[in-house]
Amino acid sequence: MSFWEYANPVKFLTLSERVLPFFWALSAICIVVGLVWGFFFTPDDFRQGSTVKIIYLHVPSALMAINAWFMMLVASLIWLVRRHHVSALAAKAAAPVGVTMTLIALFTGAVWGQPMWGTWWAWDPRLTSFLILFLFYLGYMALWEAIEDPDTAADLTSILCLVGSVFAVLSRYAVNFWNQGLHQGASLSLDKETNVADVFYHPLLVAIAGFVFLFFALVLYRTGTEIRIRRTRALMAREARIA
Amino acid sequence: MNALLVRDLRLAFRAGGGFGLGLAFFLIVVTLVPFAVGPQADLLARIAAGILWLGALLACLLSLDRILALDWEDGSLDLLATSPLPLEAALAVKALAHWLTTGLPLVLAAPVLGVLLNLPGPGYVWTCLSLVIGTPALSVIGAFGAALTVGLRRGGLLLSLIVLPLYVPTLIFGAEAARRGADGLDPTTPLLMLGGITAGVVALMPFASAAVLRVNLR
Repeated sequence: MSFWEYANPVKFLTLSERVLPFFWALSAICIVVGLVWGFFFTPDDFRQGSTVKIIYLHVPSALMAINAWFMMLVASLIWLVRRHHVSALAAKAAAPVGVTMTLIALFTGAVWGQPMWGTWWAWDPRLTSFLILFLFYLGYMALWEAIEDPDTAADLTSILCLVGSVFAVLSRYAVNFWNQGLHQGASLSLDKETNVADVFYHPLLVAIAGFVFLFFALVLYRTGTEIRIRRTRALMAREARIA
Repeated sequence: MNALLVRDLRLAFRAGGGFGLGLAFFLIVVTLVPFAVGPQADLLARIAAGILWLGALLACLLSLDRILALDWEDGSLDLLATSPLPLEAALAVKALAHWLTTGLPLVLAAPVLGVLLNLPGPGYVWTCLSLVIGTPALSVIGAFGAALTVGLRRGGLLLSLIVLPLYVPTLIFGAEAARRGADGLDPTTPLLMLGGITAGVVALMPFASAAVLRVNLR
């Protein structure tokens, strides 16, 4: 019994069908609990008023936007090293989820920034690197779409993901150098003295857990869809050859 | 390697090679900027260094598909791939040829166009220096993009979409160095960072480019 058994599409589909309902349920429960708790049962911040409550959407989506790319990086490496198709398809399936998370983070940030910073957008390092991350996602997805042969597409996008990761990190530090930020520093770190106050922290953790489960559920679901699309295509090609 | 370099240079200089197109494009971009932002001398002086960098970057981008597209069409890329020369080296040479025919002329043209943009006095040296250090990175990263999209029919736009985000760090440090130089500040730090990026991509990118080109030639 090894983890790599699930590189077999059939085994993967069986497993994902078994765990998917739990992931959907967990994500729904966590998100509902986190958001309701966060929106209705936490006090307003003494400076930011009720606008502080957008962190229950902003922080989890921003977190998942980065982690989705990281997951694509790992999946791409697995594809390049071990040539498991499921891995390549999982990376493909994660990209639209990641790009949506990036958009949600950018959008909620803009909505919050308007009353708080007095502007929808500022060329702050964090904001800028998210915009660049968004561009990387677009390029990655466009490359998948542009290539017909599935193995070539998987190879090329995987290498692009590796190269893109390096450049994404480079850009992250380059923009730090380029402009000083408006965005507040990290306030959820495990190793820091001053974090966000507990009243906000606990519902935020629940919301983050919800987004993590949601991400897993969406990626598993979309990977399953990709596998089925691939299988349908193979069947149709076989039919065409016989006929 | 020398033979390949000479061949690529000759092809670029001869009729139909498109040499000079990048330069002309650079000139046009720089000419259009004052139309877009207004002719105030102080405003132009403030943005001149950045515009020169952006124009050079776009001119470079425009000529990227020529690195490999023609060789792909007539099959000489397959010959290159089967030749004893490692594909990594071949791509590094091709990037070098691209830089010599695109990047270097852009560097030489930059001070002339700087006059049009009212670039402040100390800016000339630093803009040119930052372009000399930075444009090789643009060519090498571009060769990766060209190798990635070489087999595609609508590769051009996709190439831009993929390559432009990769240009971000180079542009940030390059333009920052030029801007600091133009403002009379010390541009050493961004120049060193820019040099680091160029050295890093020149050393590593040919491997990534060769890897994707091998996939495309499969």
